[in-house]
This record gives sequence, C-alpha cells and structure tokens, in this order.
Amino acid sequence: MAKETAITMIKIKEKKIDSKKVEDGASKDGAKIAIKDVKVWYDDFMAIKGIDMTIKPNTVTAFIGPSGCGKSTFLRLFNRMNDYVEGFKMEGKIKLNGTNIYKDKINVEELRKEVGMVFQKPNPFPKSIFENVAYGLKIQGIKDKKILNERVEKALRQADLWTEVKDDLKKSALALSGGQQQRLCIARTLAVEPSILLMDEPTSALDPISTAKIEDLIFELKEKYTIVIVTHNMQQASRISDYTAFFYIGELIEFDKTKTIFTNPEKQQTENYITGRFG
Amino acid sequence: MKYKEKLIENFFKFCASITIFTTIGIIAVLLFESISFFRDVSIFEFLTDTQWTPLFSEKHFGILALVSGTFLTAAIAIAVALPIGLTIAIYLNMYAPKSFRKTLKPFLEILAAIPTVVYGFFALTIVTPFLQTIYPDLETFNSLSAGIVMGIMIIPFISSLSEDALYAVPKSLKLAAFGMGSTRFQTAFKVMVPAASSGIIVSVILAISRAIGETMIVAIAAGQQPQLTLNPTVPVQTITSFIVQVSSGDAPQGSVEYKTIFAAGLTLFLFTFTLNSVSFWIKKKYQEKYE
Ligand SMILES: Nc1ncnc2c1ncn2[C@@H]1O[C@H](COP(=O)(O)OP(=O)(O)OP(=O)(O)O)[C@@H](O)[C@H]1O
Ligand SMILES: [Mg+2]
Repeated sequence: MAKETAITMIKIKEKKIDSKKVEDGASKDGAKIAIKDVKVWYDDFMAIKGIDMTIKPNTVTAFIGPSGCGKSTFLRLFNRMNDYVEGFKMEGKIKLNGTNIYKDKINVEELRKEVGMVFQKPNPFPKSIFENVAYGLKIQGIKDKKILNERVEKALRQADLWTEVKDDLKKSALALSGGQQQRLCIARTLAVEPSILLMDEPTSALDPISTAKIEDLIFELKEKYTIVIVTHNMQQASRISDYTAFFYIGELIEFDKTKTIFTNPEKQQTENYITGRFG
Repeated sequence: MKYKEKLIENFFKFCASITIFTTIGIIAVLLFESISFFRDVSIFEFLTDTQWTPLFSEKHFGILALVSGTFLTAAIAIAVALPIGLTIAIYLNMYAPKSFRKTLKPFLEILAAIPTVVYGFFALTIVTPFLQTIYPDLETFNSLSAGIVMGIMIIPFISSLSEDALYAVPKSLKLAAFGMGSTRFQTAFKVMVPAASSGIIVSVILAISRAIGETMIVAIAAGQQPQLTLNPTVPVQTITSFIVQVSSGDAPQGSVEYKTIFAAGLTLFLFTFTLNSVSFWIKKKYQEKYE
C-alpha cells in the first residue's frame, strides 16, 4: 500500500517535471542580450571602451580579434564572472531579456543557471562522470534519482558523449580524454538547461576531430540556445556563427552577419585581420 | 678554489649525516633498552594488562592505561581543532579579502609559537576553574581541559596546512563551480573541500601526531594517574607525561622502572612514526593526482 503511494507520487512528480519541460521548452529558447555603452576597467586600465551591441536569441555569435583586445573580458560580463577579478569595475547596462543583470538585486547564482559557461581548458570536477553532469541539478536541490538519471543522460546525449561513456558513468571524469572532458563540461552546463551558452575558445586545447565534434554540437544547440563563442580560428568563426563581432583594443570595430564580415567587411581593419594581414 | 668548494661540500655532508646518525642512535637506544625491558616483563602483559603501576610496590605494566590517556586527550584536542581549523581555512580561502588573509595567517601562527608550558598553566588555572563553574564534579586534573587547550594549540597546524591544500586546488575548478551557479558555501563544501581532501586529511594526521606527542600541557593539566578510562572529567596520564614523571624522579638506572620509559617511548614512537608515514604516503599519492 505504502509502496503504491510512493510509486504514484513519483509518477506525479515526473509528470510535473515533464509538463514543466514542455512549458519551458517554449520559453527556454535562447534569450536576447542587449549591451548598452559598457565600459570595463581593471584598476586604472580600461579594457572595454564603451560598447553597444545586441545579440539575437537562437543565434551563434563569434567574438574575434587579436589577443588582449578584451573578448574574454566582454564575454565574462554576461555571467558576471569578472566579479571575482580584483580591481574590476564596470559601467553601462547589460540586459538579458529586458532585465539589467548588473542591478543590485540580481541573484548572480540564478543568473549563472541561465547563462552557462564553457571555459578554454576543460575543467571537470575531480568526481565521476555522472556526478559532474548532475552537479548543477544537485545544487538546485534535485535529489530524485530517476530525474537525475534522465537529465544526465539527456545532457550527455546533447553533448554527443553518451555513447562513449554510458557503460561507465562512475568512472572519474579526469580519466577521459581532453576532447571528451570538454564535451563533458558542455554536458554539465547543458544539464541545468540555461538559455545562453558562453564559450571562451572551447576548442583551442583540442585535436581536430574533437574540435569538429564540438562545432557540430554548437550548430545543433542553437535551436535552443543563444550561443556566444570566442575564437581565434577564422575558419571556425565562419563555419559555425551567424554573426561575428570584431574587437580591437577594447573597442567593437565591426559587428554584422558572419557572411558580410568575411566576404565584404565595411572596415579596413576588419579585412586586414581576417585576411591575416594584421600584427 | 676547488679545494674550498670541496671543504664546504664536505661540511654540508657532515651536517646531514649528524641528523641521520642521531636518529639511528635514538632508535637503537630505544630498541636496546626496550628489549631489555621485555626480558623482565612479557609483551603479553604489556599489551593486555589494564593497569600501569611500575612505580608502586605491586607493579603492573599495562600500557593500555597510558595509551587510553594519550588518545583521549588527543581525541578531545582534534574535536576542538578540526572544526575550528577547517572553518578558518575555508574562510581564508573562500571569503576573506586578500589583505585580511595576510594579517590573519601570521597571527594564527603565533598560537603555535606560544611555549606549551604556558598553555599547560592556562589549562590548569583558567580553563579548568571555568569548566568547574559549569560542571562542578570536574576534577582539578582532567583530560577535558588539557585536550581543549591542546586543541587550541594545534588549530594553526590544521588551518594552515588545510589552507595550503585548498590553495593548491586549481583555480579553474573554483571558477567552474561559480560558473555553474554555486554559492560560495556550495563551492567550498561540494568542490573545494573534496578536491583538497587528501591534503586536509594529511593536516589532521599531522595534528594528531603532534597531539599525542605533546608533553607539557598534559603533564601539567591532565594529571599523573594512569587509568584505562574514557571519562574526560577524571585525571589520566599520557605516555609523554609518564616519561616526564620517571625522568625527573629518582628511578635508578638499570631498574625496571627506569626501563619502562623506553618501552613507553618506543610505543609512542611507533604511533607517531605510523601516522607520519601514512600522511607522507597520502601526500605523495595526492601530488600525483594534479600533475
Ligand atoms: N585579471 C586581470 N587583471 C588585469 N588586467 C586584465 C585581467 N584580465 C585581463 N586583463 C587585461 O585586459 C585586456 C583584455 O583581456 P582579455 O583577456 O579580455 O583579452 P582577450 O581578447 O580574451 O585575449 P586572448 O585572445 O589572449 O584571450 C588585456 O589587456 C589584459 O591584459
Ligand atoms: Mg581570452
């Protein structure tokens, strides 16, 4: 009797989650990012010198530009990861679907569940594969084994890692190859179902095959997410992105459809950079 | 020039060999005198008798009575030092601003620089009377005060070594945790502490090792009464304070009483040696993990 109620309870819960998923499915589409006159300083050094930009939902936007021009700094503004940098100051507004994320009232933990981030170097936790992907769900208080299993599998499938690891989810994440670790980090981020995915040179530490896998992945993920990716690889930018932004010493020089940037850029600087005639 | 270089090199070699020979010498004496002790007293009695009365006319040689006092005081000390030390380490690593961290760390290390005899009198003259106002049945000499004060003394061992271990966790893991929307608290307990666990365990083992080797505090505040008990309110004797008692007394050289200190010393040495070896082993394994 008790058992039966337990089972029905699980079923009800499951239904709730499912219906939530459906609802969310619509609203969980990528969000819009509106950046207004943003300036950033590290102590006295001005790293971003006043940038306006609008990133459309469900697009892939590539940030390109020479080393040190502020791409990472700019990207990290969207999930407030610069907050941990000593000497960081910023001015201006960044709105996520209309909400200014630098308002005092903003809960940065909640923000980061909406805006997931994949780092340059794969950084899985020294835990099992399963625990890595389940991490974000567990810190949200989801304990139900069944839901965890489902969501972990779904995220691993989305990151195209499921078939490689499904037989040994208890294995330490550190035992995976670099490319697998990076896809695991992507799965870990996807598991909490964010609406924006930030990627800072996610393939720069990887071999060509792993890189190709992640590029395919980005292409598929834009159905549901708004993706911003920093890359030094011009081919990569032209292959996977819809929009490209070219930065130079803290300024946004040009921002347009990727096709335009790569075939018919407005500014000479942009052309010089993408054709490799740049320092 | 070359000659001078050689001379210096030999001097360094000489200094290094002094420490090695001293260690070997101490172990040899411990072993030699202990073997002689075990000719008079059976190992079986030594390990199973529950009383330790070598200085009385009716002699018993049950080391357990001293071992229990040793571990009781050490356990109380760890119970105090581990939560406080670990909290400090996490606070310094995760919450404290850099400037504050720079001032607090040396301040903590002063705790380790206070002479232990001062701690001993602090335990006897301040902590015990204070605890007696809460629990009047507490005896003047007891393992509770000695253990608590010893715990305060070893806080810097745990906080400093644990903080080093937390600091050694790659920064990318902390950023990954924050990036996933973890609070500082979640980052500390779900990512940082597990990732630094081997280093933290090492710090605790070294602190235990320090606690069971500590002499003055227990000799002054815990009493001189060997008894097999887990009651923290009554006097006990630790291995170290027994050794002090006999060494400063008038037991004639060569007598069984005199030899007991070597058997007791060897027991203590085995404990600390084992603990230090274990921590060394963990440290080595852990270093490999992040390479
Ligand atoms: N933590 C920091 N403290 C001080 N200055 C910083 C910090 N991080 C970055 N900077 C400076 O800000 C500028 C922009 O750095 P950022 O890392 O955003 O560049 P980037 O475009 O991502 O470069 P790369 O392509 O090499 O990754 C650089 O001049 C850099 O030196
Ligand atoms: Mg960068």
